[in-house]
Amino acid sequence: MMNCHDATRLMSELQERPLSITERIPLKLHVIMCSGCKNFKDQMNTLRLMTRTYAKRETSITNE
Amino acid sequence: MTVNRDHMENTNQTGNLLTDAAFLQDIRRQMIKFATLQLGDGHLAEDAVQEALIGALKNASSFNGRAALKTWIFAILKNKIADTLRQKQRVINASSLLHEDEEDEELSELFDRKGFWQKDERPVAWGNPEASLRETHFWSMFEACLERLPPKQARIFMMREFIELDANEICIAMNLTTSNLHVLLYRSRLRLRECIENKWYLQGERNDELP
Repeated sequence: MMNCHDATRLMSELQERPLSITERIPLKLHVIMCSGCKNFKDQMNTLRLMTRTYAKRETSITNE
Repeated sequence: MTVNRDHMENTNQTGNLLTDAAFLQDIRRQMIKFATLQLGDGHLAEDAVQEALIGALKNASSFNGRAALKTWIFAILKNKIADTLRQKQRVINASSLLHEDEEDEELSELFDRKGFWQKDERPVAWGNPEASLRETHFWSMFEACLERLPPKQARIFMMREFIELDANEICIAMNLTTSNLHVLLYRSRLRLRECIENKWYLQGERNDELP
């Protein structure tokens, strides 16, 4: 079984590139069985949302 | 007059972008944020941004469109930042190297020998982030976590997620291989995730607000 270190690494890379089928299937199986990695998966999307929201906040203030 | 203006818009689109106050203000603010994070000094950041913008104005006409111009302006800014860091021979360089040496050790504390989460490091559910994103407190915490990243990781992470450059552009600008980039982004996300979780989601006072 894929371990959490490899699973989290792939979930991070998924933010930059599509995964191959030989990466996707073991990852999917791992995430089904591992609540920590399931949470990590959601957090990768949340982290992107947070940073983009942060960027908007930082760049949208027009009155100083 | 109208004919002239149309002509200008067609042939000098990027020139217009640099006279577009909203575009300039927007990009300048992002540049200052980016430079400050990397230089750790508001004045040095202002100087670097100023010089980068002057450099950009000289050659702007060779760029077609907003995205290309923005990428290029940030590439110039990156060089200015690198120059500034070299000139000042900042202590931060030495200490950041130290940090980045310690990284593997720190990361190995997250996982056990077989590569599974250590029990107390296992990510918890964050729930819907919408409410947090409306809190001012949340953003000071978020910024503090960004500032705690090792400088190189912070730089790469901001290029990817704040400026939204794609992976190839960052590899070219920073002279990295794709796998280097993946490793740096992975480490920065692991750290940032951990920091946000510890400083926000696992804080005692926060728990009061959970249902």
